Amino acid sequence: MTIIFKEETFHDDFTFRNSPEAVKRFPFPFPEDSYMYSVNLEPHKSYRPGSVYERTFDVDEHYVSEMRDRARVLAEDPLRCQSLPHMTLAGWDLLELIMTSKAQEYPELFELHRDGAKWHWINRPLGIEQKFTFLDETTLPYGPMEYITRQTQGDFALLDQRDDNLWMDAGMVTTQADWSLDFDIGMNFFEWHAPVPKAHEMGIFQRALKFLLNVQQGSPARRLNWTMTVNPLLDTSPENYHKWGVMKRDLTLENMGQMMHLRVELQTFFRLPRSNALVFPIRCYLIKLDELVTVPKWARRFHRVIRDLPTELATYKGFITNRPKIVEWLSRYDDGAPTPPGIWPD
Amino acid sequence: MSAGAAKIPVTVAEVTPVNELVTRFRFVRRDGSLMPTFSGGAHTVVEMNDQDRVRRNPYSIMSDPADREGYSISIRRDDTGRGGSLFMHRQVRPGMEMVISNPVNLFALDLRARKHLLLAGGIGITPFLAQIKQLSAMNGNFELHYSVRTPSLASYADELVASYRPRVHLYHDDRGELIDLPALLEGQPLGTHVYVCGPKGMIAWVRKTAAALGWPRESIHHEEFLAPASGKPFEVTLARSNKVIQVGEHQSLLEAIEAAGVEAPYLCRGGACGQCETDVLEYEGTFLHKDHWLTPTQCASGTRIMPCVSRFEGRTLVLDR
Repeated sequence: MTIIFKEETFHDDFTFRNSPEAVKRFPFPFPEDSYMYSVNLEPHKSYRPGSVYERTFDVDEHYVSEMRDRARVLAEDPLRCQSLPHMTLAGWDLLELIMTSKAQEYPELFELHRDGAKWHWINRPLGIEQKFTFLDETTLPYGPMEYITRQTQGDFALLDQRDDNLWMDAGMVTTQADWSLDFDIGMNFFEWHAPVPKAHEMGIFQRALKFLLNVQQGSPARRLNWTMTVNPLLDTSPENYHKWGVMKRDLTLENMGQMMHLRVELQTFFRLPRSNALVFPIRCYLIKLDELVTVPKWARRFHRVIRDLPTELATYKGFITNRPKIVEWLSRYDDGAPTPPGIWPD
Repeated sequence: MSAGAAKIPVTVAEVTPVNELVTRFRFVRRDGSLMPTFSGGAHTVVEMNDQDRVRRNPYSIMSDPADREGYSISIRRDDTGRGGSLFMHRQVRPGMEMVISNPVNLFALDLRARKHLLLAGGIGITPFLAQIKQLSAMNGNFELHYSVRTPSLASYADELVASYRPRVHLYHDDRGELIDLPALLEGQPLGTHVYVCGPKGMIAWVRKTAAALGWPRESIHHEEFLAPASGKPFEVTLARSNKVIQVGEHQSLLEAIEAAGVEAPYLCRGGACGQCETDVLEYEGTFLHKDHWLTPTQCASGTRIMPCVSRFEGRTLVLDR
């Protein structure tokens, strides 16, 4: 397998594009023609070669450019990466999980050589080579969580488990759908989910927490979540809302296909062995509507989902004002034909 | 969700008598690869093929969490128990093939603690052996108070004293030595967390004393695995599986469900983790709730049961399983 890493931007001139191969493996999140919350968790097992579910941490054609974007965001706002003092061990757990997974699953891109605590890490796409001592922070240029998540696509929340709850006590968050680590740090599971509409009444969070507290070593889980984003912005943070919020006003029927993106999060959950913490990687995949409608099944279904979505959800996901325009644009690609079940392209 | 944590096929590498009641068992992977890393306080569920039945008992992993060559557990023989410890003591020999579960930690260290105060009673020392190894590797601040019946039954006391004196304090029941708990708790610095593992009475004593002294509930951690109690046999209808099963005198409800070929979720099998909680559809009789999971209100409601440790006496019990 060879991945050709693209040179592209997620800001200013927005040169981000998906190749036709990337479109085919996009994690379209709707198994049917309507959407409502569900806990929708399943085991994170290798599945469907070539898909985003094949490997523990998916690496795709956007890897190098996404890591450059992360470095840019961190340079402007270092508080996107924080770790409370008791979370350093969880950071090492995460570093080990990512390095061992990537070295095993992408041997042509990553190498890890271990001699006791003496580790040697090679990251070919980013041109990094690092010798360090495992569990000795002084031998890395950053803390262990920051070091490895500067080299891994997706946001990472490290959740401490205690008192029958989960606590957002560390994280690397630069590609988020409008939430803030700096605001949420130190909060528990119910506190950081407080803004989500409807789900509390449905008992979703009680059930989800019970499931997550019982995620066991060696049995990771995953789910998909989604929203919509105007322009291919990885960083749609509350901190920068004044910059990206206004872009939603520029949307027209003419630029819809290029400017409007479906944003899908592949969320996974792993129990970490030394710290007993839970890591919650949130991997963001973007697709332009022009790219999405190249798959007729997705085009038909997406039109129906957006058209029929409850008002509260369209408001919470931030596209209630633009919804009529989006639905009008998408309706051109929906001939009313039935769609087969499942998320995969035709 | 599948039943239990992922399984590890192992070979028994060593069986070592520790004293007249306690024996240590060491497991290594059959395929020769490394064990998963674990955190101090974790347990593994050991499957025992005892004649025509499968027993699954949880035991704290006592070996060094940094040692991935194998896992060690120590088991106290219980001559009046249901038979799991007797099976381990009498039947298990080096070279035997067994199956254990991936580590599960329901008794983790709170890594925010400025100091870890560990209180052990008898065989309750086992999770602390791993936690102490982990804490000393991290230069963690800990103190162990270990209460034993007699010097000859003080499992691992000599090793602990030799390696960690003056942080280890021993108390012998036969010499009338008792932990002066109020004085011990009063003298702790702010940010101390207390961990207790031992007999039921000891856990209750520590929790009550700490609460009376104004300690926050979140700073007191305890682990108590209940062995499923024996009791009168009873009949249960499993509605979803459309089966009627008999629960034997020395069998738990969970074991009877499994023996009928019905997959049921579980983790700790000791009434602590909540994973096996099962809805009751219909009943006529009395529940014998033994778990630490359901609240008194839930127990009184007659709508749920924890089949790993709880039983039933009466005419009809229909479960959603």
